[in-house]
Amino acid sequence: MLAPRLQQKIIWLRLRSTSISVALVIALILMCVLAMSQGTVSFSLTDLSSAFLRQGNPVYQTILWDLRIPRVIAGVLVGASLGMSGAILQGLLRNSLADSFVLGISSGAGLVAVLLLSVGGLQLWVPMGAWVGAMLASMLVYSIGLMGKVRTTERLILAGIAISAFLGSIQTLVLLFAEENRVQAVLNWLIGSLNGRGWEEVRLVGPYVVIAIALGIAFSRQLNVLNLGDEMATVMGMSVVRSQILLGAIASLLAASAVSMSGLTGFVGLVVPHGVRLLAGSDYRLILPYSALVGACVLVGADLLCRLGTIEFPVGAVTALLGSPIFVGLIYRRSRGTA
Amino acid sequence: MMTQTNPAIDFSILDIQGISGGYSSLPLIQGLYLNLESGSWLSLVGPNGSGKSTILKLISRIIKPLSGSVYLNGKSIQTQTPQATAQKLAFLPQHQTIPQALTVRQLVGLGRSPHQPWYQWNLSDHDDAVVDRCIQQVQLGKFSDRNVEDLSGGERQRAFLALALAQEPKVLLLDEPTTYLDVHYQLELLELLKQLNQDQSLTIVTVLHELNLATRYSDRIAVLNAGSLHSIGVPNTVMTSEMLSEVFKIRAEVIQTRVGVQVIPISPIP
Repeated sequence: MLAPRLQQKIIWLRLRSTSISVALVIALILMCVLAMSQGTVSFSLTDLSSAFLRQGNPVYQTILWDLRIPRVIAGVLVGASLGMSGAILQGLLRNSLADSFVLGISSGAGLVAVLLLSVGGLQLWVPMGAWVGAMLASMLVYSIGLMGKVRTTERLILAGIAISAFLGSIQTLVLLFAEENRVQAVLNWLIGSLNGRGWEEVRLVGPYVVIAIALGIAFSRQLNVLNLGDEMATVMGMSVVRSQILLGAIASLLAASAVSMSGLTGFVGLVVPHGVRLLAGSDYRLILPYSALVGACVLVGADLLCRLGTIEFPVGAVTALLGSPIFVGLIYRRSRGTA
Repeated sequence: MMTQTNPAIDFSILDIQGISGGYSSLPLIQGLYLNLESGSWLSLVGPNGSGKSTILKLISRIIKPLSGSVYLNGKSIQTQTPQATAQKLAFLPQHQTIPQALTVRQLVGLGRSPHQPWYQWNLSDHDDAVVDRCIQQVQLGKFSDRNVEDLSGGERQRAFLALALAQEPKVLLLDEPTTYLDVHYQLELLELLKQLNQDQSLTIVTVLHELNLATRYSDRIAVLNAGSLHSIGVPNTVMTSEMLSEVFKIRAEVIQTRVGVQVIPISPIP
């Protein structure tokens, strides 16, 4: 039925996307192995494999199983969540500047975390509190943004900016009145760090992230249709508002999970989808899984860089430090590409 | 799912029964009735703000009607699933959102989405064949791997027409499809529509500003004035100098030519 030339092209395109996926998975695995073997104590490959099989030096086993593996897994979860939530939000709003910061999700999490941390003694509740704050803020933004009948996208962004600014100012006030010895802890959290993340956090947040990523990939085809604009998507038989709420909820869940684990780690959600588009074009069936893989890879790598020096950096500082020049480079490449 | 059937059935593909609605709280369209035979071409004409585009948006579910019903092939689109409607009804809006870095083939492929079950990930071979046929129909074969944003206005319009055709609709609605096109592309697009109308008995509803194109291509013309139907019928009977002075507020001559009745505007009536 199909012309052989066309058939060939379709097969070639599918082969290409499969091989990119495989390459990204291999890159992530290599990055994880590297992150597990390096740090204040570096392992050789034999050290690593014997410690992995719970043999040999017991100190190495403890370092690997109690410190590095959970931290790498946390890094994978946070990076994948940030990458994919950024990609979903950018697609949903048809705006390449959208991420969880623009939509007020992060500021909701930030405010609750700052409140808890500056009171003191409530440290344990920070992940849960940040998660609740992120979900509440995103619900607030969506309910404002979806109130009208028309132009939902623009409203959502404006609502996000307004809520962000409002919550951010309260956060600053709280920080000003906080006791001085608590400010450092709050700042650390605000910049974003994976320091000391263990199995407990992984077990708590991991299932949500896995479910949200699976749902995101399952609904990625709808993002392709939404990309045609609300009117065309309606004509294509989609329930636009319902899909927007659903995808928005998935993105919020991902962003909230990431924030609850590592604090406010910026730039991954913004930059990663931009880079991925160079690989995947504008097909969200590819952009979403690729963004999760690349995001995970980037965050594990950035966290490794943080751990290499004598003083440990917060991972958010490294992602912002590396992210901004890369972002500028991507903008330059895009503007040149379309000109 | 229960689907309501239109009791007064004749052979109509699209039947609009007393529909009301619009953007503001006071609906522009109030109780409009229209009936389209399968394979016919209806043009909606009228001055600015007379509700032409609103009617198309009410039919295509972009605006929810306040009252009344739209029957597509005898079934109410309000009780049918949106997806079932989208398999029969396509709409080419006046303004299109051009997605970035999307090739013509990918764009047209999205037109298959009403036919895909939610779990279907890739286009099937049948879908790919339909997409290819629609791209050929609008003569964009050479451009199928180009990005839509890099195409000229006329080519873009044809790419979006291919997107609508990929839905394999029975009824195609077009909102001012010729607005941004020069006279060559205008005729090319309308000739293409005429061919689809005749060969595949595609039912077409166009909103057209250009009265002479409306009279030339459509079987029937509906004249709208302030949200209600002024007159409807074949071009020869509808397009009169009385109607033009009453609805469009112009003095005009109407002459018979070999491409049908044509309007020559003389002067506006103050």
